This record gives sequence, structure tokens and C-alpha cells, in this order.
Amino acid sequence: MSMFKIFDTAASGLSAQSSRLNLIASNMANADAISSSAAETYRARQPVFKAMLDQMNPDNASTGVKMVGVVESDAPLVSQYQPEHPLANEEGYIFRPNVNMVEEMANMISASRSYQSNVEVMNSAKQLLLATLRIGQ
Amino acid sequence: MQYAAGSSSGSILRLESMKLDQAFGIHERALQLRARRAELLAGNLANAETPGFKARDFDFQKVLKQEMSQPVKMSVTHKGHVQMDAGMVSPAELLYRVPAQPSLDGNTVDPQQEYAAFSSNSLEYQASLRFLTGKIQSLKSAIRGD
Repeated sequence: MSMFKIFDTAASGLSAQSSRLNLIASNMANADAISSSAAETYRARQPVFKAMLDQMNPDNASTGVKMVGVVESDAPLVSQYQPEHPLANEEGYIFRPNVNMVEEMANMISASRSYQSNVEVMNSAKQLLLATLRIGQ
Repeated sequence: MQYAAGSSSGSILRLESMKLDQAFGIHERALQLRARRAELLAGNLANAETPGFKARDFDFQKVLKQEMSQPVKMSVTHKGHVQMDAGMVSPAELLYRVPAQPSLDGNTVDPQQEYAAFSSNSLEYQASLRFLTGKIQSLKSAIRGD
């Protein structure tokens, strides 16, 4: 019964979106993690999604989604001249992560909406299967 | 076996010629296609934010008409040959959705549109189920004879 595949598809969507939410939380938590060198500074991380294809039959559409990797943002870090800061380097600079709070918030809303729509799909599929079990009664 | 002409034997003959797998008519096929379409739309929704993903769907009426007029059956002449499952849609029938507004990452999923299609498809699935239940109940009452 192909209807059961909907659960796999929706579940893959849920796990991809929750990983994305996890990354957003990590970015926001580290938004103020100051460090003394550019190499050590936290950089905003974004997930990379990819559609899963049926290996046996690549023409077969209806696929789930998976997170294939995480990329670090290459936006410039924020360097500030603060010689009194305990983490300042020899030249008196500190480095702040390149996390953009506004972007992260917008991303968070988008991720939670996507998560919700996958939950709705799962609920509808469950209702349909329950109705199918009651067929003929 | 020979049947004598008569009203009772006539009904026996008719029951015998009616195959049970054809008893449900179009609704059985429709239900399988609806299930397949639900699966496809769920895939579109799961990939709502996958860069480059192209939303797919099929023309339900066209595929159902095709299935009813001439069900696609592949000839099986070897034990390794695979017959297409019931409710399967051939890749040629899987079309790509034309996006209402283009997106930078090449994704053509419009979640609102997909969700609307998913909801109406579920409703139609339930309608097919209702028809099937009606057929089953009339068969049941024919068997009971009351």
C-alpha cells in the first residue's frame, strides 16, 4: 500500500526541518561569541537540503528530503577595535560572528511553517488510512 | 454444468459471470490513483525548501481514463520481468508544475498550492472510499438476501 510511504516522506521533511531549526538555534546562541582571531570565530551555519531519489527507479517522483551537509556562511566577520576587552588581540581587535539576527528569525519562521505543513500532511494521511481500515463497515 | 431455463437459474448465471475483482468498477482504480497522488504531493511539500526541486503532479482525469480504457500491462515473458504495480503512474504522465512566481534557487514548490491540492485530493479519496463502502454494502446485502 503506497499510502504508507507518505509517513516516510513527511517524516523526512520533519527531521530536515528540525535539523534546520537546530542550526538556527546554534547560530542565535553563538551570535555574541567573541574571539580574538578570525580563524576561531563562529560562523553562521546553514543546512543544505537535497531531494531523496528512489535508487531503484529514479523516474519515480514523490521523494523525501534529506540534509546532505552544513555550509558556513562566508559573510565577513565583524571586527571591532576594543583594546580594553580581555579577548582583544595584540592590535586591540576582537572578532564577532557573522550571524545576522534578522535573517535567522526569518529562517526560523520559515522552518517552523514547513515543519507544521509536514505534520498536517502526516495527520491527513493517518485519517485517510484509518478511514481505509473501516472500509465496508 | 447445464442450467435449466428459469428465473432462479438466470440469476445464478449472472452472479457467476460477474467477477469479484470488477465489482468495484472505477472506484478501486480511482482510490489507488488518489493514494499515489497524495504521495506525490506529500513529496512536493517535504521538498518545499530544497534548492532546484521541481514540483510534480499528474493529470488525474487523464490517467484514470487511460487506466479504465486500456490498463497499461506489460507482457511478462520471463520470471525476471516486473509487472507495474496497480496505481502506478508511468513516468511519462508525471508532469512538472508551472510556478506562479519564480524563485532564485530554482525551486518550483508553492506550499499553499500544494497543500490545497493535497486537501482536495484527501477529500476525493474519502469520497472514493464512501462509494466503495456503498458497493460493499450492496454486495453484502445481496449475499444475505434480506
